[in-house]
Amino acid sequence: MELLIGLIFIAVLATFAGAELIGKIPPQLHTPLMSGSNAISGITIVGALLALGSSGDDKLLAILGFCAIVFGTINVVGGYMVTDRMLKMFRKK
Amino acid sequence: MQSNLIMISYILSAILFIVGIKRLGKVKTARQGNFLSTLGMLIAIIATLFKMDAIPLNWVMGGIVLGAIIGAYSATKVAMTAMPEMVAIFNGFGGAASALVASAELFKFLNQKDIYLQKLAETNSALSVTMITIVLSVIIGSLTFTGSFIAWGKLQGKISGQPITYPGQNIINALILIGVIIASYFFVINPDNLNAFYIILGIGLLLGILSVIPIGGADMPVVISLLNSYSGIAAASTGFVLQNQALIVSGCLVGASGIFLTNIMCKGMNRSLGNVLFSAFGKVDKSVIGSKSVVGVSIKEMSADNAAYTMQAAESVIIVPGYGMAVAQAQHEVRKLADELEREGVNVKFAVHPVAGRMPGHMNVLLAEANISYDKLFDMDEINDDFSGTDVALIIGANDVVNPAARHDESSPIYGMPILNVDHAKTTFVLKRSMNPGFAGISNELFGYENNYMVFGDAKATVSQLVETLKEN
Repeated sequence: MELLIGLIFIAVLATFAGAELIGKIPPQLHTPLMSGSNAISGITIVGALLALGSSGDDKLLAILGFCAIVFGTINVVGGYMVTDRMLKMFRKK
Repeated sequence: MQSNLIMISYILSAILFIVGIKRLGKVKTARQGNFLSTLGMLIAIIATLFKMDAIPLNWVMGGIVLGAIIGAYSATKVAMTAMPEMVAIFNGFGGAASALVASAELFKFLNQKDIYLQKLAETNSALSVTMITIVLSVIIGSLTFTGSFIAWGKLQGKISGQPITYPGQNIINALILIGVIIASYFFVINPDNLNAFYIILGIGLLLGILSVIPIGGADMPVVISLLNSYSGIAAASTGFVLQNQALIVSGCLVGASGIFLTNIMCKGMNRSLGNVLFSAFGKVDKSVIGSKSVVGVSIKEMSADNAAYTMQAAESVIIVPGYGMAVAQAQHEVRKLADELEREGVNVKFAVHPVAGRMPGHMNVLLAEANISYDKLFDMDEINDDFSGTDVALIIGANDVVNPAARHDESSPIYGMPILNVDHAKTTFVLKRSMNPGFAGISNELFGYENNYMVFGDAKATVSQLVETLKEN
């Protein structure tokens, strides 16, 4: 139970931090920001690794974990690269 | 000791995510911010490798390599104009990954109940909490997955951009919602009840489809931003399932910042989120079109050559880009046009409406791609008072964001949305393919205005024609 309360505690703090981070962002950066934070949601790849790591000999678990890793990696790699591609273009002449 | 090191790595990656998002908010530091956030992700992944009970190297490496190739290939190949769809797809995969991880955790529990319960007992954790969070991850993750693909389809034109509605829609949605609550209850009190779990999964997938199809294509940016937030929430609930701090912190960061970004976008349209999600906005009301149609109004047409001469003689021109510019890939031609006009001594500015295009900042990205300096781009609030002192407002493929009906016509679906005051300029030119209404399916009364001239044709071809004419003279 203490663990759960501790987890809720950091969840609440992180939620407020996330809310505070947004606010004074110029509209031109909204798309890169959306895409960059979208890449962060690929953090679920950490969960995918843990799922695969504890799959043992179970084929079903291994397949679920494997698919999650593939999907999560697409989200992370694609998200960061596409964000960088957009940001590279913001230059003053 | 090792677990402490892992935790410290997670804290480090959380810091990097927060600083990264913060820096993403300023043009100068944005690229660095994205790099810091990437670094945070790398640290989290490497730390997790040390946390794994075993590393089935083939599966892990295979998955990462395959995912990285697909992700990198799509990110490199996608056209800048299709960026919103790409973000939607990436996001959908993130949601699916969360749902898969939560499902894997359920099957792990069912396979080795004793070991699992013992582990939970060690930390004084309740099984019901695990099951509730599994349900949340699966519902939110799967609805993010299907919802993102529907949003992609709508933006690609594979699914109608018009809101899709059918009789009894609200009742059906309510029944589905009640169904998922009942199924969740039966699943949580008895996790062996796999049928209940499959019903939950099915309803999650269905909810993504049903909640996005009634939303008009013009509102897809808001939907994508909201789904982005959902994928964060899905990752956070998966974090609760696995009791993993990295997932919880990052998921909550994305979830909260996504909701706020969504709100900012709604404000740009002067609407509430509820209104965007549930009002089937933009559905073409035939009776309204019939009575307010521009068909009865005389519309003046001008050739590209004459439009070029007018702009050449102007002191100031404000260019208003919209989705039409993106579709025609005209951004590079537009930059040439701006260069030519400046060479002629014309003062050129760009006016960017917060929801022009299919995503906030969509136009900025395209214009930046064409190497247009960002200090020439102005937000609606910065530039709206300047139109009255401007000779020409050149509207390239924008429609709803310049429709004056939004100011006074209460029957218009976009009534109340702040618009760019292009009609205050001495002359307006609208570059448009045909007289079809815009993406929201609303006809534009600006077209019939006294000082407005239509220049028909493909945006890219018309703009190159303008450039040619300016060059020759």
